[in-house]
Amino acid sequence: MTSNHTLAPHSGGSSAAQEAAPRFSLGNLLRRPETGSFIGLIAVFVFFTVFGGETFLSASGAASWLNIAAELGIIALPVGLLMIAGHLDLSVGSVIPASSMTVAIVSGYYGLPMPVGIAAALGLGLAIGLLNGYLIVRTDLPSFVVTLGTLFAVAGLTLGLSVIVAGSTSVALTADPLSKMILGDFLGGKFEVILLWWIAAVVAVDYLLSHSKYGNWILALGGDKVSARNAGIPTHKLNIALYMGSGFCSAFVGMCQAILYNSAQVSAGQSFIFNSIIAVVIGGVMLTGGYGSVMGIVLGTITFAIVNQGIYYTGFDANWASLIIGVLLLAAVLLNNSFRTMALAQASTRTKGKNKK
Amino acid sequence: MSAPLLQLTGVNKSFGPIDVLHDINLEVKAGEILCLLGDNGAGKSTLIRLLSGVHKPSSGQIAINGKPVSFDSPRDASDNGIATVHQFGGTFPLMSIGRSFFVGAEPTKRWGPFEVFDRKRANEIAVREMRKLGITRITDGDRLVGGLSGGERQALAIARAVHFGASVLILDEPTAALGVKEAAHVLRIVLQARKKGIAVIFITHNVIHALTVGDHFAVLIRGSKAADFRKGEKTRAEVTDLMAGGEAMAELEAEIESHL
Repeated sequence: MTSNHTLAPHSGGSSAAQEAAPRFSLGNLLRRPETGSFIGLIAVFVFFTVFGGETFLSASGAASWLNIAAELGIIALPVGLLMIAGHLDLSVGSVIPASSMTVAIVSGYYGLPMPVGIAAALGLGLAIGLLNGYLIVRTDLPSFVVTLGTLFAVAGLTLGLSVIVAGSTSVALTADPLSKMILGDFLGGKFEVILLWWIAAVVAVDYLLSHSKYGNWILALGGDKVSARNAGIPTHKLNIALYMGSGFCSAFVGMCQAILYNSAQVSAGQSFIFNSIIAVVIGGVMLTGGYGSVMGIVLGTITFAIVNQGIYYTGFDANWASLIIGVLLLAAVLLNNSFRTMALAQASTRTKGKNKK
Repeated sequence: MSAPLLQLTGVNKSFGPIDVLHDINLEVKAGEILCLLGDNGAGKSTLIRLLSGVHKPSSGQIAINGKPVSFDSPRDASDNGIATVHQFGGTFPLMSIGRSFFVGAEPTKRWGPFEVFDRKRANEIAVREMRKLGITRITDGDRLVGGLSGGERQALAIARAVHFGASVLILDEPTAALGVKEAAHVLRIVLQARKKGIAVIFITHNVIHALTVGDHFAVLIRGSKAADFRKGEKTRAEVTDLMAGGEAMAELEAEIESHL
């Protein structure tokens, strides 16, 4: 229980020491975008522990939601960055099957080496992201409409080309052992290897958002586009890069799925469109941009995955899962909203106490 | 004696067939406050956009220290020392004070092979610079900008401009949305900026605020400079009259009288 110790206020310290040491305060906690989602996650976890019992807590139970969380999480991270920057990306839903089919057709149907198929799939994701970003900065249309367009266009293209090239909407793929091991295997027979990639992505995106100057640019872009541009931020390039990021990550997940399941289908992936948005919103990111954190997105993703899979460990009909997710989403938005208001109000009330001191 | 820091000569701006500004001649010297007065739609905003690099003049010339310049972007203008602070401070309500202060110019430190945003230094500098302008209430740079009052946000934006070495500070209606006390504080900050030798262009339609701090005044009416005078040359009533378009106001008064 050492963690309790560090959180305890330094009651005996001199005032100078207090100024220097980062203190635990309600204000600091409220100011974090992930506070609300942390409470939500605990609630959901307790709920399913009570109703799901031991099987939910077992390794296989944890694997079932962690695997879902990892696939969704890799996409939710860049989608979350886009939402913090004030955008949406619906096209992830068709980039996933498009990249699955690409790797399966290149390396399965044509039998080219796996690295070629992998590069083609990831390249496709980057290209679609580039297209999305370019169209949005060029036309200044809402990203919702632009990515809705590319969602359908890419889905149609995937279906049409798959039938022309491979003569089927489903293509088998046998990956070489190395690719299989690093991209599409199970650890301990239960945990998908993509979990490790998710952890790597969390570290990378957290660095980007919280510890690099680009994170500041993303927050500013979502906060006020015009002020951000006036402050000298290359907003066009930043937008395009963010879309390329979400294209790349979606393609990565699609490619891993094809390698994991040894085949690709043209219809997979539609569920990721809304699931990624739900995970990000539960995680405390503001839909209109300017506010959010990587930790929040991770917590939101895990919360979503637990509800999605935990229902199978309870005695309830699985159909109720969507109801829980819907209610959870609304509750999360309300909770995050009130936390944000409190964080803003807190900034002015706390000082009044300080002035009197 | 000293050459004007910023000079506009015969500047025109039209958007398609619509003339917004005609033949504007203005100059502002270092350590001087130029008040730009005008009613809504007089062309003040367009003039600011020309100076801050958002638009380019259709004809005429902008010169800094006697050298003609042409801005391709807001970045270009700020590289030439022109900083613009908008009515609501142009800041980001849900960002921390430290982060918002350094948007686009983040201080970084090395952490192994990585370049890391130096949050501590950013917060320290932001708080210190605001303190220099008399905002002593703020001690924690992690606090969200949205929790600041309107005047404090203006101070944050002005502190930012001063810190990044602006030689010309354009303030777009900085006191318009503020209460009397807050406005007084902002005016004091404007005077501090002048003391530092910054050329200030203060845009307002509040004649009292303008006459309190201004050294030099220009009144815009329907895109043209209607008057140009120095401190003490005109009374408040005269200036108010000018801004409201004098004759139009007299007509209205006559009309009201006939109704009574």
